[in-house]
Amino acid sequence: MAHPLRGATAITGLGMTPMGRVFGRSATELAADAIALAIADAGLEKEDIDGLLINAGVSQGLTLGLQNYCGFAGLKLLNNMNAAGSTAAQMVQYASMAIAAGMARHVVCVFADTPLSEGKSAGAAYGMRANAPSRPRGMVGLYTAAGYFGANTPYALAARRHMDLYGTKQDHFGEIAVAQRKWAVMNPLAQMRDPMTMEDYHASRWIIEPLHLLDCCLVSNGAIAVIVSPASNAKDLRQPPVYVHGMGQGHPGDNNRAGSDWETETGAKLAAQTAYAMAGIGPGDVSICELYDCYTYTVLVTLEDYGFCGKGEGGPFVEGGRLGPGGALPTNTGGGELSAYYMWGMTPLSEAIIQGRGAGGERQVARNDVILCTGNGGNLSYHGCLILSPHAS
Amino acid sequence: MTQETIVPKPLPEPDEASRPFFDGARQGRLMLMKCLTCGTVRLPSRRHCDRCLSQESEWVAASGRGTVRTFGIMHQRYHAAFANDIPYNVTVVELEEGPRLPTNLIGIANGEIRVGMEVVVDWEHHDDVTIPRFRPA
Repeated sequence: MAHPLRGATAITGLGMTPMGRVFGRSATELAADAIALAIADAGLEKEDIDGLLINAGVSQGLTLGLQNYCGFAGLKLLNNMNAAGSTAAQMVQYASMAIAAGMARHVVCVFADTPLSEGKSAGAAYGMRANAPSRPRGMVGLYTAAGYFGANTPYALAARRHMDLYGTKQDHFGEIAVAQRKWAVMNPLAQMRDPMTMEDYHASRWIIEPLHLLDCCLVSNGAIAVIVSPASNAKDLRQPPVYVHGMGQGHPGDNNRAGSDWETETGAKLAAQTAYAMAGIGPGDVSICELYDCYTYTVLVTLEDYGFCGKGEGGPFVEGGRLGPGGALPTNTGGGELSAYYMWGMTPLSEAIIQGRGAGGERQVARNDVILCTGNGGNLSYHGCLILSPHAS
Repeated sequence: MTQETIVPKPLPEPDEASRPFFDGARQGRLMLMKCLTCGTVRLPSRRHCDRCLSQESEWVAASGRGTVRTFGIMHQRYHAAFANDIPYNVTVVELEEGPRLPTNLIGIANGEIRVGMEVVVDWEHHDDVTIPRFRPA
């Protein structure tokens, strides 16, 4: 018997503001823009919306006050959620569960962030601890004393361990960056549309070895909203529905505890089991991957944990342009967070919706039956996923 | 021409919960917390055991030996105090007792660091706090 949530809901609306070095608007204003765009996109009225799930990004510019700013009244579902980069997928999960339970009908899930300030570097917003007080209190001070700064550090540490355990090479990370740039060249929404070669990749400066600048995601201002609706209602709306066939989460826990293999076995493994079982599929059925790609390494390890290849085989797996245009496993088909825009988990989710609708234009993948969309947050700490499809069942 | 101000490194200031760790460090002992209920050893300083949630614990001296779990070589200048150290290693040492500690290796060139190499604690003394570093065993 099919899982009761399989195909119960669909994504019916998508709203995206300009993204990147977009200034002059607060996160709340950007979120309202995205919500208005999503409602119009779906062909709904504002009054149809009875649920609002909010995810403020790193700048923490959104609060529950967004309900009042937008003038929503009588919502049946409202929360301000945060599981870092896994939140977008999680919002669609909770929206789907609430809709299936009859608690709400049309739920808006919105993300907005303004980490960039005019005249400041993109990395400043994610410096973590670099702006710590001159004397951090307690054990956290061991990190600052060691110069362990930024989100870049833990991902470099994870990538290094993978390289050592499995022989993964710098070129393998480069393959991912280059493949995604090829997709971004075809995406009018992408921030980085100049072609990139493997030589360009290797020539880009080190951030923290083994991560080059081109292994790291962009930082963007902007907002994206999506609307989740009952599947029974979705086909009557304006856009081709993108149905939710499966979902899962996995959260491996403390990196520093004895026995943790957080660097090379992520929460994706657990999430995959739940999601594949719900959708009644396996990795061989997936036609497109939209994987959270804060770093090239995140893509590589996520592919392994979803069973597209064995553990440790991610490097050879991505060789030969497998993930790029024309490759056997089209992945991050809009350029992803590395080359298109960084809206946390809304980056893979928005592209999954575009591909599911067949609205990808020049970059549309012909076979789009099953789309795996993932979100990852923290130091490979939090993971959520969706399995999406243009088919109702 | 810009003059770089010498900025002190952001060294930890012991708080009540972490004081036994830093007191131990002053005396050259690497202190961990051990659960009196289930025996699990953890990094300071949390009140509850992360295996069984017991609040009964004791401080134990670790051997000071461990292996390099993983490392990175930092080139990005996040903090002015590290400007002259770039590129420097950021290393996670897996202690013999199990928990992992963020630190730096000393007495070794960046290019010589390997995952799995055996290391031993060394102590960097500052005016009012002592920090664990590690060197090849």
